Amino acid sequence: MSSFFRYFFRALVLIAIQVYLLNKVPHLHRLVVPSLYFVFVLWLPFSLSRTALLIQAFLLGLTVDYFLLTPGLHAAACVLIAFLRPYLITLLMPRETQEFQYPEPSPRAMQWAPYSVYVLFLSFVHHFYLTFLQWLSVGTFWSFIGKTLLGTVISFLLILTADLLFPRQQSYRTNTA
Amino acid sequence: MRNVFLFIRRYHTFLLFLLLQVLCWWFLASFNRFHQARFLGVAQELTGSINQRYDRVEDFFQLRAENERVHGMNDSLLNQLSENSLLVDTQQQVRQEIGTDSLKTLRRYVYRSATVIYNSINEEKNYFQIDRGAEEGIRENMAVLNSDGSAVGVIVMVSPHFAQAMSLLHVQQRVNASLKKTGDFGTLEWDGAHPDQLLLKGIPKSLFLKIGDTVVTSSYSFNFPPGKILGKVSALSTDKRTNFHIIEVKPAANFRNLQQVFVVENLQLEEQLNLNRESRKRIEDPKSRRP
Repeated sequence: MSSFFRYFFRALVLIAIQVYLLNKVPHLHRLVVPSLYFVFVLWLPFSLSRTALLIQAFLLGLTVDYFLLTPGLHAAACVLIAFLRPYLITLLMPRETQEFQYPEPSPRAMQWAPYSVYVLFLSFVHHFYLTFLQWLSVGTFWSFIGKTLLGTVISFLLILTADLLFPRQQSYRTNTA
Repeated sequence: MRNVFLFIRRYHTFLLFLLLQVLCWWFLASFNRFHQARFLGVAQELTGSINQRYDRVEDFFQLRAENERVHGMNDSLLNQLSENSLLVDTQQQVRQEIGTDSLKTLRRYVYRSATVIYNSINEEKNYFQIDRGAEEGIRENMAVLNSDGSAVGVIVMVSPHFAQAMSLLHVQQRVNASLKKTGDFGTLEWDGAHPDQLLLKGIPKSLFLKIGDTVVTSSYSFNFPPGKILGKVSALSTDKRTNFHIIEVKPAANFRNLQQVFVVENLQLEEQLNLNRESRKRIEDPKSRRP
């Protein structure tokens, strides 16, 4: 039960940061839109089933959408990364669910290099799909490319900074536990 | 039948993924095309109340700029008071009173004040939310003016206590604008590139323009009251392929710190639209054409 509240609280904090901080600060450039909220999907536990993962990502995206007045946009991107997440984890850390020593993906659980690839790839997919959906209705090709790449880089840096600043306290799981 | 169930069970994750994606696209399509999302009414009440709390804090930091705008507005209104001018003949007084006061049928525009509680300028399609809704008389298609009287947007969606407006910084926004100096009219648009740069289209090359000319709302607009400032011409070039100027306009309103706004209702809007529709029908419909 306490873990439920922890994740709920984490989602609320991330949405608040996204809506009232990252979307409010004057941006460096019109192509750079910093986004951090989807790290919630990246930080969900390994043991979660794929169905639960998809539904939680959908709800997270939709909540952000209703604050930013863009229903469906962020939800679509979140659902896509939630769908790809298990495949990527299997690819980067080929082992059974029971063998994971830490409950959720983190630099300590996955080592820095695989974790960076994991974050970079999913940020790229998130931004690519998000900008693609926006580009369908308006925008030029170059702004699409620029927004995708710059957004990915900024998100990647933000997520790694968050990992360094707030190392999540995780208990090491042993077979006896 | 059994195979169908086996198939669903085998691929249920992928099917759920597809289902959620289709749901998202549906939200997206229905919101962008008709500015109306299902469930948005309910969700807007919730996010609106949270936005409202946040806005109370944020407004503190913009009070000085807001005060200056309101003071400027008061200044211009004080200059219009009737006691400023000497009465020459008595008929003028009567005419003035009939034109502005008491007789409601002559009144064309009603102003309601509201507070902006959510606002964005970073996207290609920017909207803002205000804290007045259907119960306070806000309807779709009403114009929104800033506290200094400059135009900022149009209401597109209303819930009981909140309303959402399409900002001038929205690629689908079209405002009927005219040049204050000559009265020639064109369309004010935004290309989604820079929030300090609107585009005025449809002004012919034959017209002589200068940088700094004022662009105001046209008297042909159905929702905006005429003569409200939209911005000033900031850059000017001629398009070699067409017969029109390319005019960049710096908006008069600062969209970064919208705070107090006026929602303007055109009391004759319904009548005007109806007349427009009926006359089109009468002329263009072959059956009703008179011999």
